[in-house]
Amino acid sequence: MIRSEILREIAPVLRDRLVVCNIGIPSQELHAIDDQPSNFYMLGTMGLASSIGLGLALAQPKPVIAIDGDGSVLTNLATLATIANNVADNFILLIIDNGSYGSTGDQPTYAGRKTSLAAVAAACGCYNVVECHGHETRDALRDALDSGQMTVIVCKCDSGNAKMPVITMDPVVIRDRFMKSVSG
Amino acid sequence: MSISARLVDDFVANGVEFITTVPCKQLAGVIDEIETRDALMHVPANKEDEGMGLCAGAYMGGKRAAIIMQNTALGVTVNTLATLIQYYRLPLPMLISYRGELREPVACQVEMAVHTKAILAQMNIPTYHFHKPSDADEFDAILKYTFMCNKPVAVLTDASFWGGYGE
Repeated sequence: MIRSEILREIAPVLRDRLVVCNIGIPSQELHAIDDQPSNFYMLGTMGLASSIGLGLALAQPKPVIAIDGDGSVLTNLATLATIANNVADNFILLIIDNGSYGSTGDQPTYAGRKTSLAAVAAACGCYNVVECHGHETRDALRDALDSGQMTVIVCKCDSGNAKMPVITMDPVVIRDRFMKSVSG
Repeated sequence: MSISARLVDDFVANGVEFITTVPCKQLAGVIDEIETRDALMHVPANKEDEGMGLCAGAYMGGKRAAIIMQNTALGVTVNTLATLIQYYRLPLPMLISYRGELREPVACQVEMAVHTKAILAQMNIPTYHFHKPSDADEFDAILKYTFMCNKPVAVLTDASFWGGYGE
């Protein structure tokens, strides 16, 4: 499975949840598959989806799902230590690990070679780390939401992108409707 | 009352509830003070751009957020300031230790000090320079200004403001 197929499968679980989605093609795919005001699309700033998601989860009680990529997590690897040491049980970090930098031409990442992000997350002190295959993501996400415990899901899947349009929505509109979803 | 306590009082009085920090020796007193306040959630960050991500999330979650950092790290935050904080119009008070100014004992600190105001000016970030202890009187107004205009605002605090390095 590739990322867009996984996003299509988990879209019903994501709907109405607070979702922070990674920069580039992941946000374009989620936007095209099931745009929701409760989705915060990152238009820039590679690597910070997990940090934005954690800050959001710590600040308010609703469940937050940050959808990140292996390349982006490698960019901000210390985020896993911050997540482990500031437990927010309403926070789920879903790392779609396709072993490649999808938005820039599918160049391989180290996560697709020797580096295990699940092992790094566990070594950082994250208690609930689940590694799954693409087709298991929907169940893993549901289980994490049901558990009420902070969870890091590393979803191993194939490299590849769906061709979706660039998001042209103004960032202030994205932020405004997202904040209304947070407080609504 | 210490300057650190006054600054933290102003954060609390302006509704700041979430603070992320990357330590600096000059800011140690402020960080200690933050730790004593029940009204403040303190989440240390490993790196300043990560901290700005935490602040963006906390703000969208309904908590006013601030970052405390050293000027030497300004360079690593340029993209985050431009594409997250400014692009989405998020308010962010940045209380920054201004290393490499007068009374600085470490020569290398000067290398980023000479770029600090130029980077902030290039990014159109409103910038205030605290040099004398009485400059802290404006901190309350600066915080109000930040949350009025939804911009990142920098407060550079130099060694003279903090009373030197114990030399």
